[in-house]
Amino acid sequence: MNAFLSLVARDLRLAVRQGGAIGTALGFYLIVVTMLPLGLGADLNLLSRIAPGVLWIALLLSALLSLGRVFESDYEDGSLDVLVTGPLPLELVAVAKALAHWISTSVPLALLAPVLGILLNLELLAYPALVATMLIGTPAVSFIGAVGAALTLRARRGGLLIALLVLPLYVPTLVFGIAAISATLGPDDAAAPFLILTAISLGSMVLGPLAAAAALRAQMQ
Amino acid sequence: MQTFTQRLANPTKFMDLSARLLPWVAGFAAAILAYGIYLAFFVAPPDYLHGEIARIMFVHVPSAWLAMACYALIAISAFGLLVFRHPLADVSAKAAAPIGAAFTFLALFTGSLWGKPAWGTYWVWDARLTSVLILFFLYLGLIALRSSIEDETLASKLTAILALVGIVMLPIIKFSVDWGNTLHQPSSVVKLGGPTIHSSILTPLLVMGAGFLVLFVAMHLKAMRNEVLRRRVKALQLAEVARAQASQVTAAAE
Repeated sequence: MNAFLSLVARDLRLAVRQGGAIGTALGFYLIVVTMLPLGLGADLNLLSRIAPGVLWIALLLSALLSLGRVFESDYEDGSLDVLVTGPLPLELVAVAKALAHWISTSVPLALLAPVLGILLNLELLAYPALVATMLIGTPAVSFIGAVGAALTLRARRGGLLIALLVLPLYVPTLVFGIAAISATLGPDDAAAPFLILTAISLGSMVLGPLAAAAALRAQMQ
Repeated sequence: MQTFTQRLANPTKFMDLSARLLPWVAGFAAAILAYGIYLAFFVAPPDYLHGEIARIMFVHVPSAWLAMACYALIAISAFGLLVFRHPLADVSAKAAAPIGAAFTFLALFTGSLWGKPAWGTYWVWDARLTSVLILFFLYLGLIALRSSIEDETLASKLTAILALVGIVMLPIIKFSVDWGNTLHQPSSVVKLGGPTIHSSILTPLLVMGAGFLVLFVAMHLKAMRNEVLRRRVKALQLAEVARAQASQVTAAAE
């Protein structure tokens, strides 16, 4: 447990002190959301209607941007070799890296989302649901993304490839995230999509590290 | 005593057996497809609502069946590679991916052509269409991942892991797309429930389905044979290079 926590702490320290990682993802999020009204026209009613979807999709893209680095920097400087031979099971290493990615990237993005919601004229009632779905759903983003990061570790053009591999797997998270927000606004029962979103997150927290560790093991032999 | 699958997993045995089987399978596929096309064009009546255009169903529906069956085959092969390390399992998975992608594309393409006269649009964000489109993306991901990793053994292992992740995610994706559409728009597909089809259409459809299946087996066998041959050529080339290097070393020593 100690090794696990120190690995998470190390990754978080690296994310904060190396700079660039968190700021770039947040900046990218801001830019994408700003570009959309410029492209779609500044019709406030339209923007208000599509705001949850836009915020969710832009969040997925921003998180993708930093996913490539989850294992890559450790692979390049050799610390991944140490982690593979170390006492911590590789599955837990994958959990630690994905958890650190969630804390350092997905949570800041989820917290920035309501600010960007103002730009898109998001309905006031939707704010709590937006933040809630993002905080519940983003573990799936980080843990499924870790699988993609592990698979593309030694691939050429890994950055583009990871988007092709991972984005289709994000479909359930996106659909239920949006469904939960619109159910909160509408007459439908909001509990069901929230619960399914939670289930997807919990499931990917278990299965994602298994697949990621298998992929790492194949590559570090 | 080796089991049948163990013997089949031996590439030499596989090459012998498949060389003998392939002409028969291919001929069988051609015969069934010819009969199926005859039934589809001359026996099946035109649809009372959509007319002749409904005949595209005889290509569309078997393609969609195979699109799904092929992914299941890839997942089984991936399991065989990761768990039992069958040398042919990877050959099977690699050979099946482009064929499956082609059938998925065919299902989407013919569906789109059928959709224009039937529903008035080439594309709707209906649950079925969306999940088949995502299946197509999964196929593309498998092909792209394999082609972007230089080391072939590594590429096959990683692709196998991705295929298994995909088979776990597919039902969830399908479920989520269904869910999304029940919220936003009711399904506009003309649903063809099994017993509601008249036998004059169902029989040609099943014959075409069988024809496509045998055609798939023939193409898959051929692609697997090509892959085995390609690997042998590569191994021979490597051996050639090694021999040339060894003779250079001995020449330099003398």
